[in-house]
Amino acid sequence: MSDLAMLRTMLLIRRFEERAAQLYGESKIRGFLHLCIGEEAVAVGVSAALEPDDNVVSTYREHGHALVRGVGADAVMAEMFGRSEGCSGGRGGSMHLFDVQHRFFGGNAIVGGGLPVAVGLALADHLRGVQRTTVCLFGEGAMAEGEFHESVNLATLWHLPVVFCCENNLYAMGSALTRTEANTDLVLKAAAYGLAAWSADGMDVRAVHDAMRRAVTTVRDGSGPVFVEMRTYRFRAHSMYDPELYRSKDEVAEWKHRDPIDLEVGRLRVDGLLDDAGLSALQDDVQREVEAAVLAAENGTDEPVEQLTRHVYADAAEEVRS
Amino acid sequence: MSITCRDAMREAIRQALIADDRVFMMGEDIGAYGGCFAVSKGLLAEFGPDRIRDTPLSESAFVGAGVGAAMAGMRPIVEIMTVNFSLLALDQILNNAATLRHMSGGQIGVPLVIRMTTGGGRQLAAQHSHSLEGWYAHIPGIKVLVPATVDDFRHMLQPALDDPDPVLIFEHALLYNAEGELSDGPSPPIDKAVVRRAGKDITLITYGGSLAKTVQAAELLAAEGIEADVIDLRSLRPLDDATYMASVRRTHRAVIVDEGWRSGSISAELSARITEGAFYELDAPVGRVCSAEVPMPYAKHLEEAALPSTSSIVAAAREAMAEDA
Ligand SMILES: Cc1ncc(C[n+]2csc(CCOP(=O)(O)OP(=O)(O)O)c2C)c(N)n1
Repeated sequence: MSDLAMLRTMLLIRRFEERAAQLYGESKIRGFLHLCIGEEAVAVGVSAALEPDDNVVSTYREHGHALVRGVGADAVMAEMFGRSEGCSGGRGGSMHLFDVQHRFFGGNAIVGGGLPVAVGLALADHLRGVQRTTVCLFGEGAMAEGEFHESVNLATLWHLPVVFCCENNLYAMGSALTRTEANTDLVLKAAAYGLAAWSADGMDVRAVHDAMRRAVTTVRDGSGPVFVEMRTYRFRAHSMYDPELYRSKDEVAEWKHRDPIDLEVGRLRVDGLLDDAGLSALQDDVQREVEAAVLAAENGTDEPVEQLTRHVYADAAEEVRS
Repeated sequence: MSITCRDAMREAIRQALIADDRVFMMGEDIGAYGGCFAVSKGLLAEFGPDRIRDTPLSESAFVGAGVGAAMAGMRPIVEIMTVNFSLLALDQILNNAATLRHMSGGQIGVPLVIRMTTGGGRQLAAQHSHSLEGWYAHIPGIKVLVPATVDDFRHMLQPALDDPDPVLIFEHALLYNAEGELSDGPSPPIDKAVVRRAGKDITLITYGGSLAKTVQAAELLAAEGIEADVIDLRSLRPLDDATYMASVRRTHRAVIVDEGWRSGSISAELSARITEGAFYELDAPVGRVCSAEVPMPYAKHLEEAALPSTSSIVAAAREAMAEDA
């Protein structure tokens, strides 16, 4: 992926989520909506280091992760409108985006819940001799859950091809890292399980990409799992209801100076790869893509209520597909 | 005085903290964040971080720590954000809290209160919307309370803390903004069901988040000339058999309304008990209105179809009334 393409994807995620927030205000999107605005470099840099058939397991803050893996903006938007054209058929909503064709395995809204599943996906590849990496994304808050510790130990013990990718945005809802972890050095903590571990500047898409490339290379070499901490920051509230009593406006403003999009735009300008016209062309382009997705979602269809109890067990048609 | 269920519970917690220095509260984001449903808002400032303890995301550890502290004579109130997350602590709740008294031959008691939200209706999909209180009511050794009114939000906590055994309180998330008048009189004991609306024709049995829908259904039925007795169970374990059974003996017809899934549910238990205890009094099969047997879907129209509604309650009551006596 070129640097310009990485920038475009960050712009797409930003625009997509700004629009989603508006639509939430209009009650078109409901439930919980967690935005990754400020953290786009992580999604883009991580994905750029992956092959199309690598596995990704994510959290409820996953619009960016889904978009970078090739899940269409229209399919994600339709999902948040609860339409049957959505990537999860309208059953999941914002927190439960799934697209098996793109090997995007959710969309898990239980903190830490995705980690054991990622270990299992990697175990299956290991048992079948398939060369593939499974990336599991989670917030630093998950590192307090038992599921983190059990999963990292298991994957390391069995030398499984997993990259545990922690998006450390310093807060789990309103709980600052320093108030929830006795040892705030996440790399040291993970490394205690005997796997390779390092961190990267999560506001810099190139740094994320490099750190992730190293991780994927290590995993593909058969050296077992890797833990990577991406140091980032969420610019918006935890979800749509959050009075943000736990952090100062100054702190947020400080981090906004390190906006991953501004950083990349600046670099590309210096390198002569981007000018004002080029930037606004990119912005228009992503704007068009997002608006087309919104329009399609507006015009989408609702699944008939008679089908309410579908997808609880495999029906014959589903059996054939899998 | 009109008050919301949220404020009523906050006041109950405040008074408990003031009255007894063995009481403290712990849970995720109850302090600095102000509580994910703002129930504990302001308590950190008033009582300090020792007694309003923010925990990491470690449900098993802090629920288990509540068990240990209760064993040692403290009176912890543990808050779990929602019932789906309580599953990460199920081991501590079932294998420790519920069993320690018995396993230790009566030496150990666990006077612990665990509060959590329950229920659907907010488009939060399949990992944040379930109603597992009936499931918890399966477990001997714990008590399960399901407040539905401001009075119960205000007055169930203290008796729960006074109880020598673990008590789980399930608060339907849609009730927090519900307002009502706090009454002056003493509240009934926590293990007693109460009649919320009197009627002679049919008994509607419900609890928690379904009470308002059921009362509404009763009003609609009244317009058709059907007078429903509405029973608010208040406690799912123990069940106050005497109260709902007396009603069924009077009306000869019963419909149970329960937001849990139908199979193996508290509604199934109630139906079985009615059959065991009042079979010859019944003029119609016991009816049930439950959630559809599906993980909660996100889409609004599907979620609405999955949950008990006023119209489905009315329909079930009409069906029970249609049976010949
Ligand atoms: C087991 C569990 N406990 C609590 C929650 C409620 N909750 C949702 S997100 C969140 C914060 C998680 O923080 P982190 O893992 O750092 O990820 P971030 O939201 O910052 O991306 C909490 C407490 C949950 N979803 N699952």
